Amino acid sequence: MKRFLYALSFFILLAVAWHMAVRAGFWSPVLLPAPESVASYLWSSILDGTLEQATLVTIRRLLVGYCIGLLVGLPLGLLTARFKICEDTIGVVALGLQTLPSVCWVPLTLLWFGQTENAMLFVVVMGSLWSVVIATDNGVRHVPPIYARAARTMGSKRFHIWYAVILPASLPFLVSGMKQGWAFAWRSLMAAEIYVTILTGFGLGQLLHFGRELNSMDQVIGIMFVIVVIGLLVDKILFSPWEAFLHRRWGTAGS
Amino acid sequence: MNPLSRSRCLISGDSPGPSALNSQETPCERAAPAQAKVVVENVSKIFVTKRGSAEALANISLQVNDGQFVCLVGRSGCGKSTLLNIIAGLEKPDCGRVLADGKPVTEPGADRMMMFQESALFPWLNVIENVLFGLKLKPNLTRSERFEIAEFYLRLVGLEKFMHANIHELSGGMKQRVALARALAPNPRVLLMDEPFAALDALTREQLYTDIQQIWEQRKKTIIFVTHNVREAACLGDRVLVFSRHPGRIIEEFVIGLRRPRDINSVDLANYTSVIIRALKGTLGFESRGKPLGQIEVAALSS
Repeated sequence: MKRFLYALSFFILLAVAWHMAVRAGFWSPVLLPAPESVASYLWSSILDGTLEQATLVTIRRLLVGYCIGLLVGLPLGLLTARFKICEDTIGVVALGLQTLPSVCWVPLTLLWFGQTENAMLFVVVMGSLWSVVIATDNGVRHVPPIYARAARTMGSKRFHIWYAVILPASLPFLVSGMKQGWAFAWRSLMAAEIYVTILTGFGLGQLLHFGRELNSMDQVIGIMFVIVVIGLLVDKILFSPWEAFLHRRWGTAGS
Repeated sequence: MNPLSRSRCLISGDSPGPSALNSQETPCERAAPAQAKVVVENVSKIFVTKRGSAEALANISLQVNDGQFVCLVGRSGCGKSTLLNIIAGLEKPDCGRVLADGKPVTEPGADRMMMFQESALFPWLNVIENVLFGLKLKPNLTRSERFEIAEFYLRLVGLEKFMHANIHELSGGMKQRVALARALAPNPRVLLMDEPFAALDALTREQLYTDIQQIWEQRKKTIIFVTHNVREAACLGDRVLVFSRHPGRIIEEFVIGLRRPRDINSVDLANYTSVIIRALKGTLGFESRGKPLGQIEVAALSS
């Protein structure tokens, strides 16, 4: 409770400082709107439903793309860790493409898929997939060999070793990789939404883009605020339980 | 003759076992072959590295009878752990073979459970889940039966109160107790222990010597125990096999006639220990290079 109060007062202080800065007139209100005008934009966009709509569209794209990234990335990572030939092929591709900022996929994606939902999905998958592959690979390689040996003497066989030993043993790496994959997916989706206008649904990135076009900074900052809040919520809801589990079981911060 | 050549292997994997074994005139192998739990036949193992090859095990033969506690001692690098891994089925011998209950060992199996120097407990499972791991691989057990068995063995090692503890919360000695419970729970016929107490402090170790002797007698296990601690070997083993290194072979065998439970600090044990250490150093009078496998009743020496 004490921690919560401290945090709360910190954010209230931040808002007050912002408010004062705007009131002092250092910057034009066009460039830096007051916190209350941002709040009133958010309130009105909630009332007319645009914000919920956009959030829903964005989250759906993100979740679908991220899940595909996980479902494909996890087995690929296991393959690259297990087989030399996969390490030299898929592994190199993964390492290379992970360094490619996913916004670079946007031009190609537009030509391939046009202005469709699939274009969005593709960018998100490309953004998250490779870091999941690399984290899985890395996690499997860091599993102490003695775990597999111990399991084998207890009668554990190939497939059982993989799902009952190797996979859970690499959890600390998997979770941090999934978290990184999530962050990359989120970034690439925002980039894609800002660049690509899709008629099948406006996401948060598109609202951000329109805010710029209309020169309404309260909208831009408001949407940025929403994006940050979603990021925090996902961290707390999706990843915190896992990290708490890792911390409890391994007795570490779980990387 | 090139020491690394395969021609030194006397028995290939598919040759008839027991007859060839009996032809070797060593006392331990003549004793009650019917009860043989683990038979090692002419096992050799060569490690090839970039710097050359090393003969880790040279033509090792031994027999461990049902319910025996056998200790393998030797300096580090003498191949005693390699032999244990081969018996476990974790490694394959270059020649020779291992029989467990008369059947050739080709892979690890739950009939030969292994305990390691590090506990090798799984950190993603809590204490009882670790003990349950091997039990879940045994068919024909219901969920509640598994729990009952796991609880029984945790009680046996005195850790029933820590059933739901996480592994990182346990001390080194407690971890090894859990590892022991985990190894015992699926009721293996043979327990293979690879320096399980080497990383523990002296007091914890002493307690575990008492515990393991008790459990061994209660549960009627066959134990093969690898250690570099001679006193430990003399305290625990019915038989102590002394290994040399480069190449790894058995140079002496001692039968320890002391009554159980044995105290690691007893004077009798110290006498045995000093004799075994002399054998290990190669300064024991009647151990000579021409006689690769001897057997001494130390009971006569110690008085």
